[in-house]
Amino acid sequence: MRIFVCIKQVPDSAQIRVHPVTNTIMRQGVPTIINPYDLFGLEEALRLRDRFGGEVTVLSMGPPMASESLRKALGYGADRGLLLTDRFFAGSDTLATSYALSRLIEKAAEEQGMPHIVFCGKQTIDGDTAQVGPGIAQRLGLSQLTYVSAIDAVDPEQGTITVRRRADHGVQVLSSRLPAMITMLEGSNQIRRGTQNDVLRAARSDITQWNAAGVGIEDLSLCGLRGSPTVVKRVFAPSVRSEKATIVSSESGVSATASALIEAILERQPALETDLLEQASGY
Amino acid sequence: MTTSSPQAAGQRAGMKKELPEHFRSYKHVWVFIEFEHGRIHPVSLELLGEGRKLADKLGVELAGVLLGSGADSLDDATRNCFAYGADVVYRVEHPVLAQYRNQPYTKVMTELVEKFQPEIMLLGATVLGRDLAGSVATTLKTGLTADCTELAIDDERSLAATRPTFGGSLLCTIHTLNYRPQMATVRPRVMAMPRPEEGREGRVVVYTPELEEERIITKVLDFLPDDAAEASGLAFADIVVAGGMGLRSEENIQLVRQLASVLGGDWGGSRPLVQKGWIAADRQIGQTGKTIRPKLYIAAGISGAIQHRVGVEGADMIVAINTDPNAPIFDFAHLGVVSDAVALLPVLTEAFRQRLLVNRMAG
Repeated sequence: MRIFVCIKQVPDSAQIRVHPVTNTIMRQGVPTIINPYDLFGLEEALRLRDRFGGEVTVLSMGPPMASESLRKALGYGADRGLLLTDRFFAGSDTLATSYALSRLIEKAAEEQGMPHIVFCGKQTIDGDTAQVGPGIAQRLGLSQLTYVSAIDAVDPEQGTITVRRRADHGVQVLSSRLPAMITMLEGSNQIRRGTQNDVLRAARSDITQWNAAGVGIEDLSLCGLRGSPTVVKRVFAPSVRSEKATIVSSESGVSATASALIEAILERQPALETDLLEQASGY
Repeated sequence: MTTSSPQAAGQRAGMKKELPEHFRSYKHVWVFIEFEHGRIHPVSLELLGEGRKLADKLGVELAGVLLGSGADSLDDATRNCFAYGADVVYRVEHPVLAQYRNQPYTKVMTELVEKFQPEIMLLGATVLGRDLAGSVATTLKTGLTADCTELAIDDERSLAATRPTFGGSLLCTIHTLNYRPQMATVRPRVMAMPRPEEGREGRVVVYTPELEEERIITKVLDFLPDDAAEASGLAFADIVVAGGMGLRSEENIQLVRQLASVLGGDWGGSRPLVQKGWIAADRQIGQTGKTIRPKLYIAAGISGAIQHRVGVEGADMIVAINTDPNAPIFDFAHLGVVSDAVALLPVLTEAFRQRLLVNRMAG
């Protein structure tokens, strides 16, 4: 089976800080990671390769340093990594990103053949849009299967696939055709530890880099800032409420603080006590 | 996904001002009505309320776009759209549209936009809405802003869509200046539910698409409904208690659950707890989890990044418990206790229990 996995190198959001005075993002020294949602797709891809044989190719668009994330993916067991990097891609929104990535996928498909499945992250932790996967599916005419919790059956020969998809209020069981773009639901699997061989191979491997011209992009107005219909007009810190929280405390210990807190809550929201009593009558 | 700095954002805004001629005829505000299993998703009604305000500001019509099959249930849904503020309902009825599938829904939505040309299109940021919005924005090659927390019309009649950015630490306002429609998604419960006006009437525009089941590559083999008893009622709970990394261990989540249980409320947690695997994803409160609007919200050991804040700001009263007096949560909570949540929670639970017991006996 030929499987492509799109990944994004993102700042580890847990470690981003906002400067307390200037309210600007302090990006220096924030470590980068593979977008955690992408790893569920990568693991699913590796499992399919275990069953059917074939190759797993990881692809990314980003600055040259994003090759570190691709190399990390090789360390988990992926077979090869492709990076699309060019200054023309700077400032891409989701529409421009899905354009660039779909050209990279087409370029890789020219050399390896069309993939049976393209996995994308459900969303990223820095953008949180969930729009790039569907964008790629539309542009390449792939069957779009998002929020997949399990792949029940897949037949690369027949080009068929059956998945479970998380919907509101239930699970859809869908049958569809390959090639498909799939985003996996978080928790559907757990990324493996790469073998020692994988880790050694990753360290030695070259990550193939392409620029815009290399993947056949001639019209640069479709890329980066120019190719992005959305415009960020303003970035700002949220306004602080005019009053900060009233701090409840007591010198006499935790119990006194708890009682003072309950008094303060009920004083401000007297109706709550009646509501609570009604609920408590069920005891 | 945009990763520019605020400075670059300013330059960029200057770059694209003119709306191309062929987009100037695009008019009116549309809300995609999420209609599944015979019911409208509440987020669509919330969006009709928000869309009403945008349409009034622009002096244009508000339309609900309703796709499905089954005349009776569509009649009912159409009446509901009018009651919640729509002037027009675009109604598309076809057996292929009975259950949501990306391919036919994307096709129909793209055709409707090209034919009737709305300037704004809003969708719920649900599983269905996100699946559809990303596809339709790509076929139309227009801008889409996900998970907006505020929508407004600026002086140049452009949609100003505000959402959290940089992993939820700042807010940004995004415009689609020279493409139409301007698309945005909004999570459930972010906008207030409007009051319906029964008997309010409007115009129905019927659109008949060319769809053939044989051409749809994805088939729904089965639908396994969630166990209603298992489903979390978090989004609609009157009282919510939630925990964050200040709980320090997975085991201490029970302290949050116990307080919620005594208060007859529901419970949840912040995103890091989901990432650590301590709680299920459907218990996550915040921008990428559930938005809640309870009467009382108690946040225990949660620092209060924007990511979390935008999910709880609709609460009538926010109580924060955190060891760090400078934690951002104290900037938007009403009441705060600077304390270790692990120490305070059991005592608070017991004090509430006593208080309710005494009152019940007195009553």
